[in-house]
Amino acid sequence: MVTAAMAQRAGASVASVARPVPSDPAAARAWVVAATVTDPEIPVLTIEDLGVLRSVEIGDDGAVRVQLTPTYSGCPALDAMRDDVLLALTHAGYDDVRVDLVLAPAWTTDWMSDAGKEKLRTYGIQAPSGNAAARPAGPVRVQLAVKCPRCDSLNTRELARFGSTSCKALYECRDCLEPFDYFKVL
Amino acid sequence: MSGADLDPHGDVHGDVSVDRLALADELAGTAADGSTAVASADAAEYALRLGDDALVLAQQLGMWIARAPELEEDVALGNIALDLIGHARSLLHYAGTASGRSEDDLAYWRNEPEFRNAWLFEQPNGDFAHTIARQLAASVYLYELYSRLVDSTDPTLSAIAAKSVKEVDYHRDHATQWVLRLAGGTEESRRRMLLAIIDTWPYVDELFVDDALVERLAAAGIAVLPSTLRPAFDAVIDEVFAEAVLERPTGRTAFIASGGGRHGSHTEHLGPLLAEMQVLARAHPGASW
Repeated sequence: MVTAAMAQRAGASVASVARPVPSDPAAARAWVVAATVTDPEIPVLTIEDLGVLRSVEIGDDGAVRVQLTPTYSGCPALDAMRDDVLLALTHAGYDDVRVDLVLAPAWTTDWMSDAGKEKLRTYGIQAPSGNAAARPAGPVRVQLAVKCPRCDSLNTRELARFGSTSCKALYECRDCLEPFDYFKVL
Repeated sequence: MSGADLDPHGDVHGDVSVDRLALADELAGTAADGSTAVASADAAEYALRLGDDALVLAQQLGMWIARAPELEEDVALGNIALDLIGHARSLLHYAGTASGRSEDDLAYWRNEPEFRNAWLFEQPNGDFAHTIARQLAASVYLYELYSRLVDSTDPTLSAIAAKSVKEVDYHRDHATQWVLRLAGGTEESRRRMLLAIIDTWPYVDELFVDDALVERLAAAGIAVLPSTLRPAFDAVIDEVFAEAVLERPTGRTAFIASGGGRHGSHTEHLGPLLAEMQVLARAHPGASW
């Protein structure tokens, strides 16, 4: 049975909404400024890498309007990102800036860029290994092995489904014996 | 109504209130749910019910931090609580747009009879098995609710549901794994899991009671009629219980079936919970953190 939630997930996974860089050149310039802002907890990732930056528009009066979407509902990093976007654009000379938060469509790890995933791995956090839209409802009995970001071993095990932040799970590598974070599929 | 003129609770807060500019900004629609919509009176009452469920459960789970059976569990329950606070913020913000109150006004400046959460969510943590039994019932219910509420004709409720359902899916998985572990663990863990289910299940029926408000809202496509969630809820619970060789209690729960939480009658557990949750905000009115 296709539930509403599954349909919603499938809808949210459309690749065309993953990196909605504006086509208008003036808005695209503001986008590039906003896109320099990084996640305060994972400083190698920009909000563009994460897919958190949803839109940048410039009105006829020059006002910049930015939309961000939270990764997790309670994520405290979002407030910092919001302030940083405001600062980055103000420093770049835009005086009328407004940053709004949007919930729909709901953020998914499928929006994370390939470059972002690679930066994440280099930083020591394994990127989501799976597609959120394809994740079945209910318990996942067999899932893809999570690769150790240090030694690339697939011989790893989950220590805790909930890691240092909502978005991460804690794993341990059985070959190099190091613990590591895994960015969960959402 | 303009945001700057809003302060119906000046009498409650005394002469110190939340920053009016910040409140006006928040009510204009830049809060966590990102909506600019103003809820109708009915939709606000419904959002209050859902928001209170999430807020009260989050507060209960937060009490486990530094007390859980293992460090990883402190972190897990803390993270689940954080997700729920996120849901509560969005829902209470939306509820507040109808009456010009902020999400903080609603969380910290209402007393017990004004809370609309179901009794399940305010039941005490008990031992770890009781927390897990409550968590299983709550997360399976919330998952079924939000996955249907995605189709609400109210765009704000639909957006909050679409965001929340993905997170609640992880909460449900967490509770399921612990039920299996405790029921299939030692003799003592199994005994406690059995007891926890017996103690918790009388509070399940209230989640599925319809009343005039939800009937009106469901007819307009805004709310999900709670009674229609029951078959899916029972099916998931039965699947988990079958694997854990547990039985779902039936037939002995009618005396609590109607609950009363949706109308402001609460068990003795809500008062102390609110006292702890609200003490800081009430001791320092208008403080921001």
